[in-house]
Amino acid sequence: MPTEIDRNKLQSLVDGGAQLVEVLPAEEYEEDHLPGAVSIPLGRIETEALQILDRTRPVIVYCWDTA
Amino acid sequence: MSPRAAWRLESLGFSDVYDYVDGKLDWMAAGLRTEGKNAARPRAGDVARQDVPTARLDERLGDVRQRVRALGWDAVVVMNPERVVLGLLRSKELDKDPDLRIEQAMRPGPSTFRPYVLIKDMAEKMTEHQVKNSPITTSDGRLVGLLLREDAVRVAGEEK
Repeated sequence: MPTEIDRNKLQSLVDGGAQLVEVLPAEEYEEDHLPGAVSIPLGRIETEALQILDRTRPVIVYCWDTA
Repeated sequence: MSPRAAWRLESLGFSDVYDYVDGKLDWMAAGLRTEGKNAARPRAGDVARQDVPTARLDERLGDVRQRVRALGWDAVVVMNPERVVLGLLRSKELDKDPDLRIEQAMRPGPSTFRPYVLIKDMAEKMTEHQVKNSPITTSDGRLVGLLLREDAVRVAGEEK
């Protein structure tokens, strides 16, 4: 079950080597994204996650807000 | 959107998945650095004046007026000890009865904007709605600074 985290936990996980993924449309990623994040829009998770991400390391996903 | 992504990743074999539920909005509202096309563009939080005078609810208006006008300001942000914005006084409020307490004279619950809003957008909003100045706050209501319309318009003009 995915774990919900806040900003402080995100920063400590990233410092520890977690992968950061923005799942918003690519245009929104291009305008602004969190430092070090990669773009995998929700609709492309199935095709791109296994190519881009390392399954042995933690992964953090985010979008715009809780909606 | 991110919960669905997180669950899908787990189903694909990722065993250590986290969801930053408050998302990019929370990050940017805290004034933290981003990367991307807009990262270098000036935003409300960059231009807001952090040296804006502040006041407490229980201060006497006459004392505050004297203090802020001596500094050349005609606006004061009212906040609590945690820096949460509670009110605003512009010229009209500063000219009220000097014996009033700040909480009796202030404009309560002023509209605020977040630090990540592009200065170009702020300049347009403030000009359209004839807003002379506006507090910039984090998502939990803490003061970043006071954005003056003249500053917003000038910096937006320099960006073109």
